[in-house]
Amino acid sequence: MPIDQQSIQFFVGILLKIVILFVIGLLSPVGMNWVERRALAFMQMRLGPNRTGPFGLLQSLADGIKFAFKEDVVPLAANKWLYIFAPVVAVVPAFMATIVYPLGPKGVDIPFAASINSFVYSLTGIQLNLSTMDLHVTSFNVGLLYVLAVTSMGVYAIVMAGWASNSKFSLLGGLRSSAQMVSYELSLSLALVGVLIQAGTVDLVKIVEMQQGTYFGFIPKWYVFVFQPLGFFIYLISAIAETNRTPFDLPEAETELVGGFHTEYSSSLKFAMLFMAEYVNMLTVSVLATALFLGGWSGPFVSQFPLLAPVYFLLKVTLFMFLYIWLRGTLPRLRYDQLMNFGWKFLLPVALLNIFISATIALFAY
Amino acid sequence: MSILSEIIGTVKDVIDVARSTATGMSITLSQIPKAKKTVSYPEEPVTIFQRFRGEHMLTRNADGKENCVSCFLCAAACPADAIYIEGADDPRPYAERETQDHRYAKIYRIDYGRCILCGFCTEACPTDAIKHGHNFEWAVYTPGEMVKDKEYLLKNFERDKDLNIKLV
Repeated sequence: MPIDQQSIQFFVGILLKIVILFVIGLLSPVGMNWVERRALAFMQMRLGPNRTGPFGLLQSLADGIKFAFKEDVVPLAANKWLYIFAPVVAVVPAFMATIVYPLGPKGVDIPFAASINSFVYSLTGIQLNLSTMDLHVTSFNVGLLYVLAVTSMGVYAIVMAGWASNSKFSLLGGLRSSAQMVSYELSLSLALVGVLIQAGTVDLVKIVEMQQGTYFGFIPKWYVFVFQPLGFFIYLISAIAETNRTPFDLPEAETELVGGFHTEYSSSLKFAMLFMAEYVNMLTVSVLATALFLGGWSGPFVSQFPLLAPVYFLLKVTLFMFLYIWLRGTLPRLRYDQLMNFGWKFLLPVALLNIFISATIALFAY
Repeated sequence: MSILSEIIGTVKDVIDVARSTATGMSITLSQIPKAKKTVSYPEEPVTIFQRFRGEHMLTRNADGKENCVSCFLCAAACPADAIYIEGADDPRPYAERETQDHRYAKIYRIDYGRCILCGFCTEACPTDAIKHGHNFEWAVYTPGEMVKDKEYLLKNFERDKDLNIKLV
């Protein structure tokens, strides 16, 4: 197979985009953690970390450095290999899910493409022909299924971490976590079925493309407004449970279980990896919510200035992430039986009802 | 019929939960722009009451002579046994000696590892030589540094005036 200029350029472009998404994934826990600590503190009449760097912005970075330099303790009774591999199993699927983030539309004009081409030519003698790019890594036809499949792997990490630590707190945390994630994954997936019925595709980019435009000039064609509000709320609740956040944070209930499944991961890089996986998973469910229900990159002037697309997208994701923090600052933790009752006896039937409604609408409307 | 009433009950529950959650979330959001209770201490002074029992200070009289007469009453009153005194005699006349009385404390140490800041020593003192200041910055690197000697406690009298605090 001849390696021509075009395919090299294509692969380099894709690699660049993957690196950019990876960096976003790496940095999001840092920023997110800072926002969380500050916003939570402000809701509780405190100031939060404000000493490290301007407004305490470097606090999470300092914590990361601290993690890297702390002694790496493996408990004596732990299953050593599982204990070491659990954070890896947590972090790899979390980052794998990042490649389907639909940050923007296809075929966006690269700004200053001609001058970049000539600059590279004058520097290296290679004639590039950059003109347009896609603002997403791939648009492959099983995007949503891929995300669901990959993020489900995170449960294994939590079970592994809980089991391998060989501690009561970890085991209970891992047990709770796996039960919770498995139960709420059902309603999460069922809430998405409504969207799939309406969109007729599992490709995230295509789903977002179908939500462009407005009805009557002012109602955006987002699925949260048109036919899927119930699905959105089911998704919202089960996504919070899926990422083990308050009010569904029983797996790491500080007051009962110390740290849950990561009790024995004492502030080393392994803990940082578990922590990062949690935040990247939060990012992923926020991205899914944005892409499936909130119209992805759509917004005013996006068709004229396509480079606004990622801005709108990240803005919506940020709002969704803020909702997480806001809920954490407001709601107390559920009891375990309440959690299971709510998941199986309320959320699941309502999700099925939502599918029924969506199917009926699809039957008569299309 | 019972199924219908159950459904109606569930819907009522959902509305109830939604309303209470919305109330709670509006409260937390409304807190964000409000003034915070945290005092950024080194930049802003902390408010401290006049009667706050901080680090002790040994006082001097109007002529600048030490008030302590080494009567050991403070050490006797101390429930934590934090005060150590060695008395001595200074036979020189009033104008020449450092102290109010010829009897004075050669060594006067307070161990802040033991002191419980009960204030009994200040109540026991017949000459008002020992008083509570307002200093609370006590962090040290070794336990030995927690024992403060006479010179330090005498200087506390001056130091107390430039503390970064607001007395009320």
